Amino acid sequence: MGAVTLHAITVLGHDRPGIIAETTAILGGLGLNLEDSSMTLLRGHFAMTLISAGDADVDTVEAALASLASGGDLTVSVRELPVERVADLAGTSWVLSVHGGDRPGIVSSVVSRVAEVGGNITDLTTRLAGDLYVLVAEVDLPKDVDSDALLVSLRETAAELGVGVSLHEVEADEL
Amino acid sequence: MSSAELNDDVAAWTESSLAVEGRVLEVVTAPASVLSTVGADVDPTAPEIVQLAADLVATMRVSPGCVGLAAPQVGESVKVFCVDVSEHPKTRDHHGTFVLCNAEVVESSRNEKAREGCMSVPDFTGDVKRATRVVVRGQLPGTGETVTLRANAFEARALQHEIDHCDGLLFLDRAAGAHAIHARKTYL
Ligand SMILES: [Zn+2]
Repeated sequence: MGAVTLHAITVLGHDRPGIIAETTAILGGLGLNLEDSSMTLLRGHFAMTLISAGDADVDTVEAALASLASGGDLTVSVRELPVERVADLAGTSWVLSVHGGDRPGIVSSVVSRVAEVGGNITDLTTRLAGDLYVLVAEVDLPKDVDSDALLVSLRETAAELGVGVSLHEVEADEL
Repeated sequence: MSSAELNDDVAAWTESSLAVEGRVLEVVTAPASVLSTVGADVDPTAPEIVQLAADLVATMRVSPGCVGLAAPQVGESVKVFCVDVSEHPKTRDHHGTFVLCNAEVVESSRNEKAREGCMSVPDFTGDVKRATRVVVRGQLPGTGETVTLRANAFEARALQHEIDHCDGLLFLDRAAGAHAIHARKTYL
């Protein structure tokens, strides 16, 4: 067996029961292992992203998954990824919450403040219901970042947007 | 916790001691700015606070499943809330119906994550980590008596949720992570 290839696979479109079962069965049939995966419904649409590892090439994976898209209501993409190990940042983990009236620019303005101090967003969801817009992000901050100063700058941005912002350090309860 | 640790004055309190008729008020929903504003301290003996206390209880009573309501939720930016978790299945010990003014958590321990909803955030629920044992101090409306009570389990969670409202915080501000906020509706 040659070097392991990583593939980034996305499946997007109309939700119905069985999409995950079908996708993973096809990948299993190719001898691919699932590494990380994430699936959710975005405004009712199925949205799955996963990384698989194995020795199949892109064309083979794409051809095998083609049956998923044959109904015309799902889009499938397959990309090869370079194998790389992300170094663990020696930093602190935070949860950032923003909520308020829906208006353009909330996400970009808020995440810019995080990026300015070298913070890395590791997970993010946004939701809209009626006029209420909610953003929750998990953020890794480098050790030398002053989180109080970041909160001040986030609050300034939030005030301009007319939304509220909270930043809490994640404390893991060791059991 | 044995029921001997309940605060008898709080447990014995009922809204009839307010001697005013509660009115059912409209509950405001996010993104109303009053919900994100820190409430002012109040004089618990002031007639308008006694009326507000009665109104909060009356509004809670007519709202199905409602176990607590804070003044900002009816548009008043002050530190007053009511709680009644006596009918909730997750409740262990409880003090029945009561209203507290200017309340604060003075001790807390044993965090636990659970999913919360809120009448002011009708379209979402959220996973929030909160203490399962708290000591809360506040004043009873009308008499103004300062009371300190120990609460556990669901009553402790309800108290922290309502005290947060009085401080301009929603459960959205305490989301446990990026996947901790859930839509109540499916979008079709
Ligand atoms: Zn609430």
